[in-house]
Amino acid sequence: MSVFVLRRLLTLLATLIGASLIIFLVLDALPGNAAQMLMGADASPDAVRALTVKLGLDQPLAIRYLQWIKGLLSGDLGNSYVYGTPVAGLIAERLVLTIPLAIMSMLITVVLALSAGIYTAANHNKLGDVGVMSLTQVGLALPNFWFAILLILLFSVRLQWLSAGGFAGWDDGAWPGIKSLLLPAISLAVVQAAILARVTRSAVLEVLREDFVRTARAKGLGKREVLWSHVLRNAMIPVMTVMGLQFANLLAGTIVIENVFYLPGLGRLIFQSIANRDLIVVRNCVMLLAAMVVIVNFVVDVLYAFIDPRIKVHDL
Amino acid sequence: MMSNPATTPLIEVENLAVRLNTSRGPAQAVRGVSFSLKRGETLGLVGESGCGKSVTALSLMGLLPDSAVVSGSIRLDGSELVGLSDADYCRLRGNRISMIFQEPMTALNPMHTIGHQVAEPLRRHKKYAAAQARKEAIALLDRVGLPDAAKRIDAYPHQFSGGQRQRITIAMALACEPDLLIADEPTTALDVTIQGQILDLIADLVEERGMSMILISHDLGVIAENVQRMMVMYGGTVVESGPTDEVFRRMGHPYTQGLFRARPRLGARKGTRLKTISGTVPELADLPAGCAFGDRCPLVEDRCRAALPPMIEVGPGHDVRCLRTDVSMADHVGALSA
Repeated sequence: MSVFVLRRLLTLLATLIGASLIIFLVLDALPGNAAQMLMGADASPDAVRALTVKLGLDQPLAIRYLQWIKGLLSGDLGNSYVYGTPVAGLIAERLVLTIPLAIMSMLITVVLALSAGIYTAANHNKLGDVGVMSLTQVGLALPNFWFAILLILLFSVRLQWLSAGGFAGWDDGAWPGIKSLLLPAISLAVVQAAILARVTRSAVLEVLREDFVRTARAKGLGKREVLWSHVLRNAMIPVMTVMGLQFANLLAGTIVIENVFYLPGLGRLIFQSIANRDLIVVRNCVMLLAAMVVIVNFVVDVLYAFIDPRIKVHDL
Repeated sequence: MMSNPATTPLIEVENLAVRLNTSRGPAQAVRGVSFSLKRGETLGLVGESGCGKSVTALSLMGLLPDSAVVSGSIRLDGSELVGLSDADYCRLRGNRISMIFQEPMTALNPMHTIGHQVAEPLRRHKKYAAAQARKEAIALLDRVGLPDAAKRIDAYPHQFSGGQRQRITIAMALACEPDLLIADEPTTALDVTIQGQILDLIADLVEERGMSMILISHDLGVIAENVQRMMVMYGGTVVESGPTDEVFRRMGHPYTQGLFRARPRLGARKGTRLKTISGTVPELADLPAGCAFGDRCPLVEDRCRAALPPMIEVGPGHDVRCLRTDVSMADHVGALSA
């Protein structure tokens, strides 16, 4: 374990503490009392007060914050105000869908984007480049829910290969689950792949202009060899940065697609909890998302150091 | 066709012309360049930036951009290189013709160890196995004077200084014992104290391995000390060529004389302004029909502007592309003493 990784870990911890404070304070400052919300507008003030005490909402801010953190560390996230069931269970239920969906979608994104990006950069300004780049332009302009509906029309309605929505779960093995997430994963991947392909292309083109590419050619390496052995690794830094952001977005920003396919994902849970003022669920979900984003960035940072030998030294 | 190595020059360039497509339209970067180089011979190319010296070098390497149009002839041991496929050229580059570039800081791939990069041409052209290539790479790095080569072979470029990196690129260029080494401003980006060491190293290696060398520089001092013959380029053409001593002793072209006068000199009286050549270098996209130097030349006449002047022999192997050598060379005696 290098000093580099250690330092990044400390930063990660500090970021998480900061995030938890902000999340707690912002949600606390939100107008609308959860107890009032639960009891309805015409509940008697006494009953509302009683519920407030029962939920622990009358405690001072600092105490409630520390109680929450203590719960987070021990895995006890409290009970949902609305469902009365443990929040941890509610979130776990959704994660078994959201995480596989994010991974599948990211894999499709990476395969599409890297092949398109590398191909277009290697054929810069030729017909293939212009053609594929126009396609990515279309991909950028597509609303993903509209594309999702087109996919449903083709694969579910016409060809009847895949179901139009719902999640099969993992109880009958991996395949039914994967199958039910395939169309949503593709719909999410298309727009992302268009963005990532453009990032990849410009990163590769930039590296192709570097002096060491000419040096490699002067050694007698062919264009293709130079691309694979000298250019790609250098071009990966910006590509991985965007990949990290996209993965984080896939964890939380998929509510529209979840709705199109009737998927009980994390995005939906957050949306419903906000509508219900189920703040304890919202708070924990947002914290979870913040943690995932920070962890993804941490992983990307460590990968940078693996790819680029200069980074370790600069940071010591 | 077999050629006799004793009589055939190693490199023969005839009427080389290169047109580049720039953002400002097509530019005639090089025209009418001819020279030949025997085995073991050294040639200097001197001129301002944009005069075509680097383009000439890159066309020898076959490394011009795809959009460049090359005409004329470049022969290596009698076989034609212009129009060669990239795959065939790849067999020559780094093997029979090698090149050292100006910027050692960026000429190496930051992601690969120096050992890997020096071994690459050996593995490619000589089909060495990894272990053998590594051993040879250490030997090469030792030879170019990289301290602790065996220990530092797995280090990355950023762990070396500029001078050390240039030594590494030299080791890379020499790996397959090329017949021709092209050094494009190899010391321009280095500290003055390192420049001499690197030039001495290159000179030693050229001598030791019997290579031919083309040394490109804008520094007349570097040219004077390191090559047997020199060519002065201006506006994409060779304006003067000949044995280095001859050219320095009796410089015939007004441009060569201007370059010489524009050198900064030690011991000049304080406050003395550096002499410059008036006017600016012509745009390659918009070259005049006649002598490219015409607009800046103190001796210009109407006939200079009419057509590109021919090369005129003014001494043994010493040619000048100027119609006014009668005046310029008579003047020059005065110019030197002034």
